[in-house]
Amino acid sequence: MKPRSQGKHLSKKKHGRLPQSGEGESELEGDSEHPAPDSLQSSRDQLPATATGLTLLLIAAALWLLLTGTLDTQELVVGALVTVVVGALAYARSGIFGGVRWSFVLPGALLVYLWVFSVALVRSNIDVARRVLSPDLPIRPGVVKVRTGLTSPLGRLLLANSITLTPGTLTVDVEDDLLTIHWIDCPPDIDMEAATAAIAGEFEGHLRRFVR
Amino acid sequence: MSVIGSLLILLGALFCLLGALGLWRMPDVYNRIQTGTKAVTLGVLATLLGVALLRPDWWPKLAAIGVLLLLTNPVGSSVIARALFRAGVRPWQTHDKGEH
Repeated sequence: MKPRSQGKHLSKKKHGRLPQSGEGESELEGDSEHPAPDSLQSSRDQLPATATGLTLLLIAAALWLLLTGTLDTQELVVGALVTVVVGALAYARSGIFGGVRWSFVLPGALLVYLWVFSVALVRSNIDVARRVLSPDLPIRPGVVKVRTGLTSPLGRLLLANSITLTPGTLTVDVEDDLLTIHWIDCPPDIDMEAATAAIAGEFEGHLRRFVR
Repeated sequence: MSVIGSLLILLGALFCLLGALGLWRMPDVYNRIQTGTKAVTLGVLATLLGVALLRPDWWPKLAAIGVLLLLTNPVGSSVIARALFRAGVRPWQTHDKGEH
């Protein structure tokens, strides 16, 4: 009882509304007028609430479909209810989707990115396997800093994840636009520009097309 | 189909074995995280793919598992590495001048 009433109190202070009103809010905004495309571009720092709500609903719906694996009517009805509830609950914490760059190239760019990423993942495994199996353990680890041009938390998260899963690099820290990278095969005297080009360059180009 | 699926599962197990071998051979914690994360991620993905070929009706759930794994695995590794780094654990380096 106690934590619940505390939560209500807190959110009242913040938004002047009860948490339950979040559900109606997102639904309302999802149904009301869609923002014009130019308003998307003019207020680049502020994501329209509609897009955030729709993203959440899409993800929740996709996950539901994958987990149930059926198009049975009953399942779909329950799924729709669950999707809306989950979307409403997650809405307050969905700020991360503010990094998505909405456009018509998004699906294509996402697929290209996933392909590049998969290739890099396989390559990184062959690389690791080679190093682990070589008797003399050919590693020369070092720590480098890399500067990213991506500004949104989502973009930086995806970049950090990509770097971690690609050949020989591990993201150790992210502070503002600086990523600290542990590099298993670090050239002895490398400056930040060269390290950035070698580690982040390729992914950043692909990511930039659909996240900020 | 079932032969390919079984081979994929075997391949996945092999990558996991390589990851374990890497944990044992690497000189410091950061390199261990590297081998652990990468090898095990691909190992589990290959296993999931193999299972999907053996049991085609399971593929949606397997796909969901794969996506969640891809999103969370690197985050977990990075968080562990970051905690170590901030706690002052310096990486082992070949060009260290015998500081130990």
